Amino acid sequence: MSPFKQSISNWGNYPLTESLVYQGKERPASGPYIARGMGRCYGDSASQAQIWSSRANRCMLDFDSNTGVLTAEAGLTLDEILQTFVPRAWFLPVTPGTKFVSLGGAFASDIHGKNHHGNGCFSDHVLWIDLENAEGEVLRCSREKNQELFELTAGGMGLTGIILRVALQLHPIETAYIKQRSIRCRNLQETLEQILAHQHWTHSVAWIDCLAPGKAMGRSILLLGEHAKANELPEKYQNQALKPHSTQQKNFPFFLPGFALNSFSVKTFNFLYYHKHLPKQKEQLVHYEPFFYPLDAIGHWNRIYGKRGFTQYQFVLPPDQVDGLIKIIETIRAHGMGSFLTVLKLFGPQKENYLRFPKEGFTLAMDFPLSPKLEGFLSQLDALVLKHGGRVYLTKDLRMPPEMLMASYPQAEQFRQKIKEMDSKATFQSLQSQRLDLHL
Amino acid sequence: MKHCLILGAHSDVALAIAHQLAKEGHSLWLAARRFQDLEPIQKDLEIRYGVPVACFAFDAEKPESHQAFVEALPECPDEVYLVFGYLGPHPGSLEHPTDARRIVQVNFAGAVSVLQALALAMQKRGKGAIAGISSVAGERGRKSNFLYGSAKAGLSAYLDGLRNYGYHHGFHVCTVKPGFIRTAMTAGMDLPKPLTASPEQVAKATISGLRKKKGRVYVLPIWRWIMCLIRNIPDSMFRKKQL
Repeated sequence: MSPFKQSISNWGNYPLTESLVYQGKERPASGPYIARGMGRCYGDSASQAQIWSSRANRCMLDFDSNTGVLTAEAGLTLDEILQTFVPRAWFLPVTPGTKFVSLGGAFASDIHGKNHHGNGCFSDHVLWIDLENAEGEVLRCSREKNQELFELTAGGMGLTGIILRVALQLHPIETAYIKQRSIRCRNLQETLEQILAHQHWTHSVAWIDCLAPGKAMGRSILLLGEHAKANELPEKYQNQALKPHSTQQKNFPFFLPGFALNSFSVKTFNFLYYHKHLPKQKEQLVHYEPFFYPLDAIGHWNRIYGKRGFTQYQFVLPPDQVDGLIKIIETIRAHGMGSFLTVLKLFGPQKENYLRFPKEGFTLAMDFPLSPKLEGFLSQLDALVLKHGGRVYLTKDLRMPPEMLMASYPQAEQFRQKIKEMDSKATFQSLQSQRLDLHL
Repeated sequence: MKHCLILGAHSDVALAIAHQLAKEGHSLWLAARRFQDLEPIQKDLEIRYGVPVACFAFDAEKPESHQAFVEALPECPDEVYLVFGYLGPHPGSLEHPTDARRIVQVNFAGAVSVLQALALAMQKRGKGAIAGISSVAGERGRKSNFLYGSAKAGLSAYLDGLRNYGYHHGFHVCTVKPGFIRTAMTAGMDLPKPLTASPEQVAKATISGLRKKKGRVYVLPIWRWIMCLIRNIPDSMFRKKQL
C-alpha cells in the first residue's frame, strides 16, 4: 500500500487539506504528520499535509469473555464493537454521541459520555495501549508501565505518537435497552437543580434552548438513562433483548445552502422540540441507539450547516460558576447564535491530566456554522470562559488562540515541554497543535 | 458449516469475502504469501464471528509448491475463492520484463496451477465450487494494460473452460468480473462512482453468484454493457484510442 493523495476535512467540513495519506506499515520519511482515525473531531485536530490513517488497522486481537477485556487495533470503531459485543451482553464503558469513532481517536481525545459524572473518561477504562514513538519503537503504556507516556497520550491529541493497539474494559449489560426518564425543565435554574438531583442516574444529559428569552432562559429537556435489566423488559422485546443497532443509515443528500440555518429556523426547531414534550415527566424504554446516537441515523448530517462548514464550541465551567454559565447563555441569545442542539451536562470529579478536557463542573456544547462574524463572537465567549475558570474542548476546536490554551489548561506548558523532550524533531503535529503553538 | 478456502487473503476483496462467509458461520482457510501477517485477521474473524479460522502459506509465484499446498489442507475445501492478482506499476509496457513475467505468472500461470490441483481434489470428491476473481480488463487487450489484460483474459478463458469440464465432474466454477473497486490499492484515485464497486459489493456478488451456480458475474451490471460496447469497436478504430 503506497501513500496516496486525498482531500481531507474532518466533521466540521473545514479546513479542507490536500494530504498525503499513509496506511498500514507505511510511514512518512519524516514529520510532521499526525495519526487520523474516523475524522470525527470537528476542526483541525486530525489535519496535516501528511497523515497516517488507522483505517486499515481495525482487527480485534483478543477478547476475554470472563473479564470483558477487548484488545484491538486502534482503527476499530465503537460501531463495530457494539455490533459484535452487544449480542454477548457487553457494552462500551463510555461512549460519545456518535459510534463512528475509532479506539485510537477515542483515547487521543479522551472522550466522555453521558455517564461522565459517575464513570469518568474513556481512558479510565483502558488497561493499556501500544504506542509507536517517533523512532518507530512500540511501547506498551499503562498505569504501571510507562505511566507518564500513558497519561500524556490520554487526551494528548495524537501528539505523542501513533496509538496502535488499545485494551479496553467493556461494561456488562443484561439488555440492549435503556430505561429513559425525560423531564421538562422551565428554566436554567430548574435544569441545574434537576441535574444535581438526579446524579445517581448512570446517564444524564440536558438539551437546552439557548434562545428562549427572559424567565424561560435555559429551559430544557433533561434525559436520564439506566441500562434495563432483563426482567424489566416487556414481553415483546424478550426475544430480542440483546439486539445490536441497525446498520442501515440514511444519508443527508446534499449541503444545505447557508441561509437555511438562521435564528428563525433554530428558534422554531427549539420551540417545537421543547413543546413536543408535553408532560412534565416521561418514562420510556428505548433501544440504546436512539438514546446514545440519535444523530447517527442520518449519515452526513454535518451537511445541514452548508459547504462553508461549522464548528462546535464546547466548554466546561467549575460547578460554582453558575453565574458565568448564565452570562454565556445571555451572550449567545443577545447575538441570536443559538444552535439546534445545545447540550448541557454535569462532569464529575476528574484528575487534571495534561490536555484532557473534562473537569468537575458544567459543560455546554453547541454548533455554529462558520461565518466571518463568528470569530468575534467566540472570542467573547473565550473571555467569559476564562474569567470563570473554564476551558474549551480541543477535539471540537478550530480557532482557539494559543494564549487561551495556556491560560485555561494548567498542565499545557508541562505537556509542551514533555513532548519536546521525547521527540526534539516534533514528528507528530496537527494543524491544530501548530496553531496552538504546542511545539517548542 | 462449509470449509471455504480464500487464496490471496490480504486484499480488501478477500477480507470482505471472509467477513461475509464467517458471518454465515462457515469455517475459513486463509492462504497468502505473507501468512504471518494474517494473524490479526484470523483473530479478528474468530472473535467477531466465533468460527474456526486457519492460515496457510501460499505463493502464487511458486507453482511447484501448489500440489503440496493443496495436500496440506485438512481436507478438500467446499468452496474456493481465488482472489489474488497482480496489477503492478507497469501493466502496459515493454520496458519492464521482470514485471511483465510476474503479471503473467501471478494472474495466469499461478492461478491455473493451484486451481488444477484443487479442481482435481473436487473431481475426486464429486463436489465443490470455485469462484475466480478475473477482470473486465481481460475482455479486450488495451494499450494501457495489455499485460494484465491478457493474463486475466487467459484466466477468464480457463475458468470458463473449467466450468464446462466441472459440469460433467460434479463441481462448479464461476468467473467474476468486478470492474473498478474501491480498495487500498485504488484509494485516492479518481474513479467514476457509478462504475466503482465496494469490496463488500464484490464479495456479495461473488458469493451469491457461486451459490446460484452462475457462470459469469459482473459485479455491477453496467459493466456488461460497457464491455459489450468495447468488444465491438472495430479494431481499426480501437488501436488509435488512448484506452
